[in-house]
Parts: sequence; C-alpha cells; structure tokens
Amino acid sequence: MNPVPLQGYIWLSLALFMTGVFGFLTRRSIILMFLSIEVMLNAVNLSLVAFSHFLNDLRGQVLVLFVITVAASEAAIGLAILVSLFRNRATAQIDKISEMKG
Amino acid sequence: MPEFLRTQVMVILPEALLAVFAMAVLLLDLVVKRKGILAALTIGAAVCGFFALSGTGGGGSAWGGMFIADGYGFFFKIIFLASLVLSVLVSSRYLIEEDINHGEYYALMLFSTIGMMVMASAGDLITLYLGLELMSLCLYVLSGFIRGSLRSNEAAIKYFMLGSFASALLLFGISLTYGLTGTTAIDGVAKYIAAHGLAGNPVLAFATVLYVSAFGFKIAAVPFHMWAPDVYEGAPTPVTAFMSVGPKAAGFAVIGRVLLVALSQMSFEWTGLVIALSIMSMAAGNILAIAQTNIKRMLAYSSIAHAGYALLGIIALSPEGLASTLSYLFIYAFMNIGAFTVVTLLTTKGVKAEDLKEYVGLSKTHPFLAALMLIFMFSLTGIPPTAGFIGKFYLFTAAIKAGYTWLAVVAVVMSAISAYFYLRVVMYMYMKEPEGEVKLERSYGARLALGVTALAVLVIGMMPAGLVEFARSAIAGFRG
Amino acid sequence: MNPYLFGYLAAAIVGLSAVALTRKNPVHAVLLMIVMFFHLAVLYLGLGAEFLAAVQIIVYAGAIMVLFLFVIMMLNIKEEIEGERFTGGWPLGISLASGLFLLLIIMTGNVLPGQQGIYTAQVIASQTDTKALGSVLYTQYIFPFELASLVLLVAVVGAIVLAKKKLR
Repeated sequence: MNPVPLQGYIWLSLALFMTGVFGFLTRRSIILMFLSIEVMLNAVNLSLVAFSHFLNDLRGQVLVLFVITVAASEAAIGLAILVSLFRNRATAQIDKISEMKG
Repeated sequence: MPEFLRTQVMVILPEALLAVFAMAVLLLDLVVKRKGILAALTIGAAVCGFFALSGTGGGGSAWGGMFIADGYGFFFKIIFLASLVLSVLVSSRYLIEEDINHGEYYALMLFSTIGMMVMASAGDLITLYLGLELMSLCLYVLSGFIRGSLRSNEAAIKYFMLGSFASALLLFGISLTYGLTGTTAIDGVAKYIAAHGLAGNPVLAFATVLYVSAFGFKIAAVPFHMWAPDVYEGAPTPVTAFMSVGPKAAGFAVIGRVLLVALSQMSFEWTGLVIALSIMSMAAGNILAIAQTNIKRMLAYSSIAHAGYALLGIIALSPEGLASTLSYLFIYAFMNIGAFTVVTLLTTKGVKAEDLKEYVGLSKTHPFLAALMLIFMFSLTGIPPTAGFIGKFYLFTAAIKAGYTWLAVVAVVMSAISAYFYLRVVMYMYMKEPEGEVKLERSYGARLALGVTALAVLVIGMMPAGLVEFARSAIAGFRG
Repeated sequence: MNPYLFGYLAAAIVGLSAVALTRKNPVHAVLLMIVMFFHLAVLYLGLGAEFLAAVQIIVYAGAIMVLFLFVIMMLNIKEEIEGERFTGGWPLGISLASGLFLLLIIMTGNVLPGQQGIYTAQVIASQTDTKALGSVLYTQYIFPFELASLVLLVAVVGAIVLAKKKLR
C-alpha cells in the first residue's frame, strides 16, 4: 500500500495548479503565460494519475495520455500563432498588442 | 466488416464522412488551382453529412457509450451543418478579396464542425474534452488566418490564450469528477452522485464552478467574455460569423450534457451561478454594445447578450426551457450569420466596411441589401414578425413558467435597451443621405446565403410551429 | 512511495515551477520546467504509471519544451529581459491564487475516491502498466483515440498554415 494518502497528491496538484493560475494572471510575456498553462495541465495530469492509482482504474491514465497529445497540439499551434504575430510586430508582451480597443 | 463494427460505424457515419471529405479537401488542395471547387466540396460534405444524419437520426449510443446519437445531438448537428454551409458560401469570395485563398481554410472549417458534432454527441467526459479541443484548435488557426494582418494575429493569440486557460479549468473539473465518482461516463457520474448522496459535496461543487467557467468561456458569457470583442473584430468576417454561431451552440450542447445530465443532482449549486452569468451577460453585452462604432464589435457584444438570453432556458430546468434554448440557438444561427453576411458583402479589396458610418444611406445606394439588414436587425432585437421575437417569446415564457418572473422582466428590459443600438444601424441606413459610392463584393455565394438566412428568419417568424415541434421532439428522450 | 521522497518531490515540483514562472529570461524558465518534468515523472513511477512517466519525459520534456526553445530563439529576447516581469495586477493575481488554494485545501479535506475499478496494483504488476493501458486504450477508448489523431492532424496543418514563410 501507498503510505502517502490521496490527500497529499491532491494538495500537491492544487498547489501546482494555483502556481500556474498565478503565472497566467500576472506575467506579461506570452511565452511565460503559455508555460503557466503547461504547468496547469501538468497539475491536472498529476491529480489524474493519483486518482487512477487510488481508484484501481486506468481511465485516468488514458485521459492523461490524451491531455499530453492535446498539449503537444496546442503548443504547436500556439507557437505558430506567436511566430506569425512576431513577423508582423516584434513583440511578445501581452499588453503591448492592443490594436483593438473598445 | 463484422456486424458489431458495422453498427458502431453507422452511428458515427456523419462525422466519419465529414472527416473523409476534410482529408480529401487537404489532398485536392495540392492539385486544384480554383479553390472554389474546394468550397463546393465542403458544401457537398455538409449535405452528405446531413443525409447520413437523417438516415441514422436516433441511432442510439456506440463505442461503449462514448458517443450518443440521440435527437438532442441531431438537433445541434443540424445547426452546425447549416452554419458551416452558410459560412462557406460567404467565404469563397471574401478569401480572394483578402488574398488568403488557401484550401486549408475549408479543411479546418470541416474539422471544426466535426469537433462540434462530437461535443453534441459526447457520452463521456473524455470524448467531450477531445471534441472541444478539436473545435477550438481549428478556430484558433482560422481566426489568425489573415497572416499579414496584425489584428488577425492578435485575435488568434488572445483567443488561444484564454481558450487554453479555459480548457485547463475544464480538465481540472473532469479530473475532480473522475476522482470522486470513479467514472468519466456522463450518465455514470449522474448515477453515482444520486446513489451515494454526493449532491452537496464541496469538491464536486468546486468542479461545478470549474465547468461553468470553462463553458462560460466557450459561449462568451460575462465575466468570461473578454476575448470575444477583440476576436470577433480581428478574425476574418466569415470566420466570425461561423464562430459566433457554431461554437456557441456547441457550448450550450455540452452545458446540456454536463449540467443537466451529469450534474443534475447539483442543480441547486449551479443554477445560482448560471443565473448570475445570464444577468451579467445580458446587462454588460447590451450596455457595452451601445458604445461601439465598429459593427463587428457591436455584434460581438450582442452575441454576449444573446448567450445570456439563451441561458434562461437552461435555468428554467424544464424540458420546455431546454426546447426553447434549442430553438433560440437555431434562430440565432440564421439571423447572426445573415447580419455578418451583409458586413462581408460590403468588404471589397482595401475597403473594410466595419465602421457604422459605412452604412449611412445604404437604403439609397443598395435598397435590397438595406432591407435585408433591416430584417436581421429587427430579428436580433426581437421585433415581430421576425424569428428573433419567437425565440425570445418562448425563452421568456419558459422562464416565467419555471417561477423566474423577475428574470424574464430583466431580460425584457435588456431587450428594450438593445433596440437602441440595433435600430441605430437601421436609422443610419434609412434616415441619412449617402456620402459616397459603396461598392459590393461580387459574390453569388454570399447572395445565396443572404437569401436563405432572410427567408429562414421570416418563415420561422411567421410559422414557428414546425421549429418548436422539432425542438420538442429532439429532447423527448433526453433527460437522463 | 516513501513519504520522505514524496516530500522532497512535492517541494521540488512546486518550488521549481514557481521559480520557473517568475524568471525574466524565458530560456531559464523552460530549462527549469524540464527539471520539474523529471521530478513529476518520478512521482508517476511511484504511482505505478511507468508508461506515462516515459511519455512525460519523451513528449513533454523532449518535444514540447524543445519546441518552446526553438520559438524563443526566433523572438526578441532582449525585450523580455529588459521589460517588466509582471502586469500591474500582480498583487491581485497572487492573492487570488493563494486564497483559492487555501479555500480548496479546506474543501478537499476529505476526498473520498469513488467506485473502485478492477486494475489493482497486483493486476497491473502481473501484465505491466504499458500492456494494461494499451488494452484499455485500444478497446474501450478507441473512439477518443481516433479523435486524438484528428487533433494531431489539425495541429500539423494549422501550424504550417500560420507559420510557413510563403504559402504557395
């Protein structure tokens, strides 16, 4: 049996998730905001693996596999958007892109 | 093909057909020079999808309950396919004018539609998540499709950032639900909550908050709306038309599946949240729209407000309420795409007819177009005999019958406020003299789309019985 | 898993990600994230998910983070290093995140796992995690699996459409 209870893993996952939320809400750099989202996804993955272990069920691990797949796709598309933005204007700071207001 | 596999494939036949067509579009793009052929192929795909859908309408569930082809999903898929066809009709000329005539556009539209269809049919939270991501990833790319335009880039990056943040919230919600119930099947979650008396569980309540915020992002409800105005303004206009209808309807489809089925025992927790969302959306959407001078931005705020109206049917927690939300989304698809089609028709090379001033005196230069815009604006306001009135009428009645009279009153007041900015467009078109020549895009597709949407708005407005009956029969076997 | 090892890993994971997300230089942030992913992989091993531990390192650390590095090289790093790190609303952000965290710690005081499945540690050990995962993925979850292939296709097409220098 696992001497570390489920609570430990869930709290760790929560702490990681909130670190990501903090980064997303406060950073100005788009790259760092993007990394914050990756941290949040990893927090979710951790909680899923822990639940999967304590439930004796593999669904959680299957979902983690899909999350990683989607994260890779998201990274590819997000970075491509960033590259096309950067081609038109050389900035990667979220508050410097403000063509549209209202 | 073995029998068990054949029955399973038949259930997902519409989605499978669309996927085949999308890949065919990608391959043909390499050899076909005239991209109009690809647009025709996309419309053909939607038509095939429609026939496959009516053939397998109530096909039941397949893939071990991962995918449910019921009447509820069928209704939403009709909305998605209609909005796909209409937006593609509008697109083909626009893409040439904007010099972004690439075949991938049509493939991405098709993939995005597949994602929405999967969302509407999701029987498992994992399928739901993947469908949502398939839809969103395509839309991120489509909104940034004008690569040379800074506004389009901005729209894409903002949509992408907030969209991925929302899907991370959704995932956390899914994870907590899975941990507490040990299953990801939507009906399984509902059964477990009912059987083990988890209804007031604080962790599950937190998961509910996460679901509501994630879906709030997708339907652009206040306070999760901040992306909508910028994205609607910056994205290519036909994409905006598509995005303001399809994904919003898909968001409502999953709200129905998750809140009304999986978390039906938690309705005490989430109705409060959804009521707040609905009121804030109606208020902020309609009031902020008044200040807009860009018509795409104005329509963005209007779409936020319409999300607020449509939520009334969910709050009512009755079959009647759900049916009225469904028929409202159906009507909204036609009137909103119609309005965006007018905006697209006025966009010619180098001219962006997005400022309200461009509409001054339109009734003198293009009387027919102005008349159609008048119909769409009346319908969005909710003035009879247009379809928008019927949609709002059923929504408000459902809310009153469920005991939310005060909420219906708020909604009526907000609709009255909305008349100010919708009718301002009409006033500009009819009461002022034109200031110069206004050129129209030469697009037969867009004209056809205009005709279809205007006809639909008027016909549904005068003979609503068919649609209402369709929506009622769609949810007949729904509540799980 | 040994509680002391868990304690070290937990502290390292949260610490590393907090440090990574407050760096000025994005290259440093990405490198710290890679170290964090290795720690997570060890945690996955302890939870009996050895296949995911491998995927975590190969895909997350090996592919996604390297993609980040490639793009950072193309961007204007100087602006990142010289500019302000945080938006004006950072006190709000930190209080929101920590407030929510405390609230959730209290709320999740008694997370009871739901319905027990059939894949106990013994069952998984007898046929290895990879095989058990594969048998679930390719039977029960074959439909989402096919959907994931469409997601990847869209990612390829979308990335090319947006980032390629010249489209025909």
